[in-house]
Amino acid sequence: MTTTTRTTPPATTSETPAYRPSAGKRAQVWLANHFAMITAVLVLLYLFLPVAYTFVFSFNDHGKTNIVWQGFTWEHWQDPCGVQGVCESLVTSLEVGVISTVVATVLGTLMALAMVRYKFRGRSASNVLIFVPMATPEIVMGAALLTIFVQGFANIGINLGFGTIVFSHIMFCLSFVVVTVSARIQSLDPRIEEAAQDLYASPMQTFWKVTFPLILPGIAGAAMLAFSLSFDDFIITNFVSGNESTFPKFVYVASRRGIPAEANVIGFSMFVIAVLLVVGAQVVSSLRASKYKS
Amino acid sequence: MSALAHVAGDPGLEPAAAAPEVKRRSWTAYLLMLPGVLWLAIFFLLPLVQLASVSLQSRYPGFPGYYYRDLNFSNYASALTDYAPHFARSFLYAGLATFLAFAVAYPLAYAMAFKAGRWRNLMMICVIAPFFTSFILRTFAWSQILADEGWVAGVLNFLHLLPNGHIINTPIAVVAGLTYNFLPFMVLPIYASLERADPRVIEAGGDLYANGFTTFRTVTLPISMPGVLAGTLLTFIPAAGDFVNMELLGPQRGKMIGNVINDQFLAVPGGYPVAAALSFTLMAAILVLVFLYIRRFGTEELV
Amino acid sequence: MAGFREAQGDLRLEGVTKTFGDFTAVDGIDLEVPRGSFFALLGPSGCGKTTTLRMVAGLEQPTAGRVMIGDTDLTGSRPYERPVNTVFQSYALFPHLTIRDNVAFGPKRRKAADASERADEALQLVQMASFAGRKPAQLSGGQQQRVALARALVNHPEVLLLDEPLGALDLKLRREMQVELKRIQTEVGLTFIHVTHDQEEAMTMADTVAVMNRGHIEQLGAPEELYDLPRTRFVANFLGQANTGVGTIKDVEGDHLVVNVLGTPVKILRSRSQVHEGDVLFGVRPEKVTVSRTRPEGVGNDVRGVVRDVSFLGVATTYLVDMPSGATWSCYEQNLDVEPLDLRPGDEVWLTWNPGHAFGVPTEDEGSLG
Repeated sequence: MTTTTRTTPPATTSETPAYRPSAGKRAQVWLANHFAMITAVLVLLYLFLPVAYTFVFSFNDHGKTNIVWQGFTWEHWQDPCGVQGVCESLVTSLEVGVISTVVATVLGTLMALAMVRYKFRGRSASNVLIFVPMATPEIVMGAALLTIFVQGFANIGINLGFGTIVFSHIMFCLSFVVVTVSARIQSLDPRIEEAAQDLYASPMQTFWKVTFPLILPGIAGAAMLAFSLSFDDFIITNFVSGNESTFPKFVYVASRRGIPAEANVIGFSMFVIAVLLVVGAQVVSSLRASKYKS
Repeated sequence: MSALAHVAGDPGLEPAAAAPEVKRRSWTAYLLMLPGVLWLAIFFLLPLVQLASVSLQSRYPGFPGYYYRDLNFSNYASALTDYAPHFARSFLYAGLATFLAFAVAYPLAYAMAFKAGRWRNLMMICVIAPFFTSFILRTFAWSQILADEGWVAGVLNFLHLLPNGHIINTPIAVVAGLTYNFLPFMVLPIYASLERADPRVIEAGGDLYANGFTTFRTVTLPISMPGVLAGTLLTFIPAAGDFVNMELLGPQRGKMIGNVINDQFLAVPGGYPVAAALSFTLMAAILVLVFLYIRRFGTEELV
Repeated sequence: MAGFREAQGDLRLEGVTKTFGDFTAVDGIDLEVPRGSFFALLGPSGCGKTTTLRMVAGLEQPTAGRVMIGDTDLTGSRPYERPVNTVFQSYALFPHLTIRDNVAFGPKRRKAADASERADEALQLVQMASFAGRKPAQLSGGQQQRVALARALVNHPEVLLLDEPLGALDLKLRREMQVELKRIQTEVGLTFIHVTHDQEEAMTMADTVAVMNRGHIEQLGAPEELYDLPRTRFVANFLGQANTGVGTIKDVEGDHLVVNVLGTPVKILRSRSQVHEGDVLFGVRPEKVTVSRTRPEGVGNDVRGVVRDVSFLGVATTYLVDMPSGATWSCYEQNLDVEPLDLRPGDEVWLTWNPGHAFGVPTEDEGSLG
C-alpha cells in the first residue's frame, strides 16, 4: 500500500539523468508506479473467476452432477430449457423482476420527489422508514414477511406464491430507488424549475417538460438497480415463495445435487446480455457527446 | 442516507450549492409519500410487528406448529443461550469478510479513481458485471474452485499451508465466499468518495510526508472515510445474516445464525417462536453495532 | 391560458414585506417603476433586493403588501400567471433542450403557433441565431447569458427582471453586455428591473436606481442625483467614495449651515443638508476637492492637511491627505495644470471645496454594512 500514493517516480531517477539504473531497479520503479493498477486488475480477475467457471461448466458433458469436468458438449447451449423447471423459473424471475421494478420505481420516485422538494411533518420519520430496510439483514425481512403472510394475510386469501414474492421485492427495492433518485433530484438546480414556472409552465408542465427529463437518468439507474436486486434475490424469496420457483431458488435447490449445466447457460447468458446493454448504452452516450463537440 | 447513495454512484448534474431553498409545505408531499409509505408500513413494519409477536408466542404442547399468543420471553433466553456460538461465528465471519473485502476493494477503488484514466468506465462495468450472473451460481462456482481436487487446494496443499488438507467445507471457504459475494458493495462507495476527492490533495500529502503509508493514513483514508463507512456497513450487514455461503461452502457443523433461522422457520416444525426471537436478536445486535460504529467513525454524511 | 393575468402599465409595490421566520428580508417597500424605464435595485448582498425581485416574479409571496402592474393586482398569483419574466443569476437554461427550444419554451406554453420563428427572432436580437441547434452546455458563460435574455424577451413581458445577470462574467465581457443590455432595452422598450450589487453597473445602465439596505429603500433617484446628493450615510458610502466628517451645526449664515468639525468651521448649503440642527455627517466627493500648496481666497471651505500618499494615474492624480480630525481624505485632481503640483508625502497642503458640492446626512449609522 505504501507506494500506491506515489504519482512521480522516486527521486533517484530524476536527480541523476546520466545514471542508468539496473534492470532490477527499473522493474522495481515500474512496479511501484503501477502497484495500484496491477492490484486492481488482479482483483477484477478474482471477481470474474467464478463467472469463468460458470461459463466453462456450461459446456460440461456431465452425468448426474455437474461438479467435476467430464468432457465438452454443445448440448446444453442447444437446448437451455432441456432440464425441467429451469426456464419456467427464469420466466418467473423475469416477470417478478419487471413488475417489482416498475412498481418500486414509480413509488420510489414519488417518495424521492416529496423527500427532496417538500418540507412536511413526518419527514424525518419517513427518512428512518426508508433507511432501516437497507440496514436490516435479508433473513430478518424474509422471516418477518413469512410470519405475516402465513399468520395474517393467509386469512384474507393471500397465499405464498407469485404475489407474495412481488410484494416483498417491491418492498426491499423501494428504499434503494428512493436513495438513488433523491441523489439525482438533489443535484438539480431548483432555479431551472423556477425558470420553467417563470416561462408560463404550470406545475404539471414544469414536472413533465423539465423536472422529469432531467431526473430520468437517475430513475433509469434506480430501475436497473431494482431489477438486478429483484432478479438475484434468493434469501427473501426463499421465505415467501411457497411452491413458486424463481431462477435463484431453482439453482439453490438444484445445488444439492449439482446444478444442471443449463442453469449455467442461462446464468452466463444473462451476464452477457447485461454487459452488452451497459456497454451499448455507454457507447451510444459517448457517441452522442462527441457529436456535440464537432 | 447519502452514504448509501454512494452505491448508486450517480454524479448527476452540478450540485446547486447556492441555490435558494425551494422547500414547500403542501398536501402534495403527503400524496406523493402515501403509496410508498403505505407499502413500507404493510410489508416492512407490520411484518416486523408480527415477527415480534411471534417471538413471544408459546407452543401448544404436543401440537408442533401450533402456537398461542403469549409474552414468553424464554424464546429469547433459549435464542441467546442455545445459539450464542452461532451469533459469535456470524459476527466473526462477517467481520473477517468485511475486513478482507476492505483490503481487496481499496486498491481497486483507488486505481479506478486516480489511475484508470479512460479505462475507468470499463473497470466500473467489470465491477458490476459479475452481479448479473446469479450469486448462487457464482457461490457454487467457488465450491468447485475450492474443491479438494481443484487447483487452489492443490497449490496450498503443495505449500503445506492447509492444516487438514481441505478448504471446501471449512470456515475459511465461508469467509472467502462472503468476502467475494459482497465485494462490489465495498468497492463502489469507496470509489464514489475517492472520485470526488481532488487528487492534488493526495499529492500534496505525498509532498508533506516522506512515507507513503503516512500519506495514506493521514490524507487518503480520511478523505474516503464516508465511502469506507458505507462500504463496511453494506458488506457486514448482509454477510452477518447470510446462510447461502455456509450452506454451499461451509462445514456440516458450526453453522451461522442465518442457517439456524432459515432451518427453524422452514425445516423445524414448531420452530417459529425461537426463530423469530433469533431474528429479532440478530436485527437488534446489528443495529446496535451499526449505531456504535457510526458513533465511532461516522461523519454527518451518513444519514 | 387559465389564470393568466394580462396587465399593462407601471409596476407598483405597495408596502411589500417579506419575513422568513424571525428574519425580515424586505420591510414595507413602496416603489413605483414607470413603464418602459430601466430600473436598478442596488445594494449589498442580503439587503433584500433579490427577495423583492422574486416577489415581483411570483417566486415568493409577500407576507404583507401588494404587487401591481397598472391597475391589476398580481399579489397571490403564481409565476406562470404573470406577464413578468426573469433572467436568472445562473441563467437556469434547460440543459436537456436546444437553444431554440429553450427560447421557444415560453411561447409554446402560451400556445403560440409561431413559437420557433419567434425564438429565432429573439436569438437574432441577442446575436445568437447561429447557435440555435446547440445545447446549453456547449456555450460559454457570456453566450448562455444572451440566451437567457432572449428566452425572457421572446415573451414580450410587461416587466423583465434581471437577477445579477452579469455577475458570472469577466470584466471585459461585463462591460460589453452592459452596453448590449442598454441597447436592447431601448430597442424593445420594456420595463427592465435589474438587481445588482455593483454600483458602477447600476449607474451606467439604469435611468433610476433604488439603493436598498436591510430590507428597505434608502434612496431612490437618477444615478447623478444619488451620487451628487445622497440622503443617508449608507448611500454616501455605498455609491462611490466620499470624504466625510462628523460635526455639529453651530450657526446659519444665509443659505449656509456652519458646521463645527473638531474646531474647524465648515459650510454646507442649507438645501443640501438633510439635518438642520445638532449633529451632522458632512461629506464631499474626492473630485470636488482642490489641493493647493497655498491657501486660496474666497472659495468657502478650506482645511489644512498633510499629504500621506500620491498616486499618479495618468489622466489624474489621487492624493491621500491626513486631516486634523484624524481622518484620511482622498482627493482626485485632473492633471490639467501646466506646472504640476509636485507634492510629496509629508508636504503640507490646503484642501478647498465649494460649499455647493458638500452634502450633509444624518450621523446615525443605520446601514453599517456600507
